[in-house]
Amino acid sequence: MNAMQPPPKLKKLSLKERYAHLTRELGWKTTYQPMDKVFPYAEYEGIKIHDWDAWEDPFRLTMDAYWKYQAEKERKLYAVIDSFAQNNGHLNITDARYVNALKLFLTGVSPLEYSAHRGYAHVGRHFVGAGPRIACQMQAIDELRHAQTQLHTMSHYNKFFDGLHDSRHMHDRVWYLSVPKSFFEDACSAGPFEYLTAISFSFEYVLTNLLFVPFMSGAAFNGDMATVTFGFSAQSDEARHMTLGLEIIKFMLEQDEANVPIVQRWIDKWFWRGYRLLALVAMMMDYMLPKRIMSWDEAWEMYFEQAGDALFNDLSRYGIRKPKYFEVASKEKHRLSHEVWATFYNYTQATAFHTWLPSEEEMKWLSAKYPDTFDRLYRPRFECWRAMEEKGNRYYNPTLPQLCVTCQIPMIFTEPDDPTTTCFRATEYKGERYHFCSDGCKDIFCYEPEKYVQSWLPVHQIYQGNCGGADLKDVIAWYHINFGVDNFDYTGSPDQKLWDEWQLQRSSNPV
Amino acid sequence: MSKVSITFQNSDDARHLVEAILADNPAATASVMPALTKIDCEGRLSLRRESVEVRVGRRFDLQELHLSLISLAGNVEEDDDTFTLAWHTAAEKSQS
Repeated sequence: MNAMQPPPKLKKLSLKERYAHLTRELGWKTTYQPMDKVFPYAEYEGIKIHDWDAWEDPFRLTMDAYWKYQAEKERKLYAVIDSFAQNNGHLNITDARYVNALKLFLTGVSPLEYSAHRGYAHVGRHFVGAGPRIACQMQAIDELRHAQTQLHTMSHYNKFFDGLHDSRHMHDRVWYLSVPKSFFEDACSAGPFEYLTAISFSFEYVLTNLLFVPFMSGAAFNGDMATVTFGFSAQSDEARHMTLGLEIIKFMLEQDEANVPIVQRWIDKWFWRGYRLLALVAMMMDYMLPKRIMSWDEAWEMYFEQAGDALFNDLSRYGIRKPKYFEVASKEKHRLSHEVWATFYNYTQATAFHTWLPSEEEMKWLSAKYPDTFDRLYRPRFECWRAMEEKGNRYYNPTLPQLCVTCQIPMIFTEPDDPTTTCFRATEYKGERYHFCSDGCKDIFCYEPEKYVQSWLPVHQIYQGNCGGADLKDVIAWYHINFGVDNFDYTGSPDQKLWDEWQLQRSSNPV
Repeated sequence: MSKVSITFQNSDDARHLVEAILADNPAATASVMPALTKIDCEGRLSLRRESVEVRVGRRFDLQELHLSLISLAGNVEEDDDTFTLAWHTAAEKSQS
């Protein structure tokens, strides 16, 4: 027998060493073109970076680990989606009303994933340092994956329910979808550092938990395992994205003191824009989940007031304070979901989903969760509309609302200290008058008016004749919403009729 | 009060991670909601590779965390043996 010795086993590189090899070999100084021509956006926002190598991803994920774990997550996710489809999982949800939250998710949120993919691919190209470039590249691929998995998950519901058929087209045209669309287009048309502050930090680190954690737990609670699985699969990427958000903020702040006021202004702006966008989620949690996990008020306390306190306490050592108007958001937590749901209720003739009045049992839950506001301010309104419904006169608002030029949400919010008075702010710029829903939105406009005077405001566009015609049916057709099928009240809708038939079949056993 | 937090899916894989964290961080508390478990802990918490390996009975790469993680709050510090979440303390602040 040959007594050959096996070759000595090489010591495996540590996580730190593997990451250093990946990220310190890819960044090089250009020779035949000047660096500022190759990286034209690196300096124009005024952010000063002295040492790009000081940026280090704390997860230190290398490409081989990234592919391995993403592939494994994907296998698990598609196994669940497949079993959901084979098992007719849509029959096991709590109530068909729930699917309307998914319609809003698919048209309002999933296109943002695709926008995020484009945004990260763009900024990843434009950072000088290899560390943030790689993190952005991985995130760009993740975001594309999120858009794909969400579309695949929803495709099963699309076979049975209305309103899920044309999300990309609707994203570019439908009035309420201009809110998320304008949010991302604002971020994508900023410089790379502002983009990361907007999306990675303000949205993903500070606010995204409110979208993907309690709402997705609610999806599970309502029997929708397909959605909870894409939600958590996406959110497991978000945890990594959040570290990018926090690291890039700390990196900018540590590199130069002159960066601090620039970063603070971006945090102020993007907190407020992100918070306004989440008004949709407040409504989804309080009104659109038949079985509820927690109220918007409770979620805001847990994920912004407590978690945000800890985060901004940590960042205070750099001279960063909490975002401007955070206290307004906390004052609004008792009323946000009610104001938004009431708006969609009275404009549901122009939406791709159905609305309804909360049942008496649901109103009891809302009274318990919102003891200071619900019975006093919102229950009477819902009861009035219920009485109208019972007389066969379901209320649909026939007028078009005034929009906030910055967030593009109709003027539905109330004064921070008076929930009975609508909040209006206005300013003049170059002889034109512009209107806003809040001081936060007005501040954002006034700092960059040339950007926001270009806003594509759906109501203005309808009045200018750019949205398919003058009456409701023309505009709805231009949106690709099927009139009388996708829109109007849930009661009497084709979705409701089909759901009721399924429930009858479940309880009967025909021979 | 500055609590760090970490949230996992209620999956069989993540059960061991939750147990390891609760065993190694006496101040940590777990809240169980449908489909997820959120762990909060004052100041900092750590997940130790060894502690997970004892529970799963095999070699465990801490980066497997990515398969079960939903969300986190705190500064992340990860090496081959420990994954830590921490907020900076007032003492650190006075030094900086």
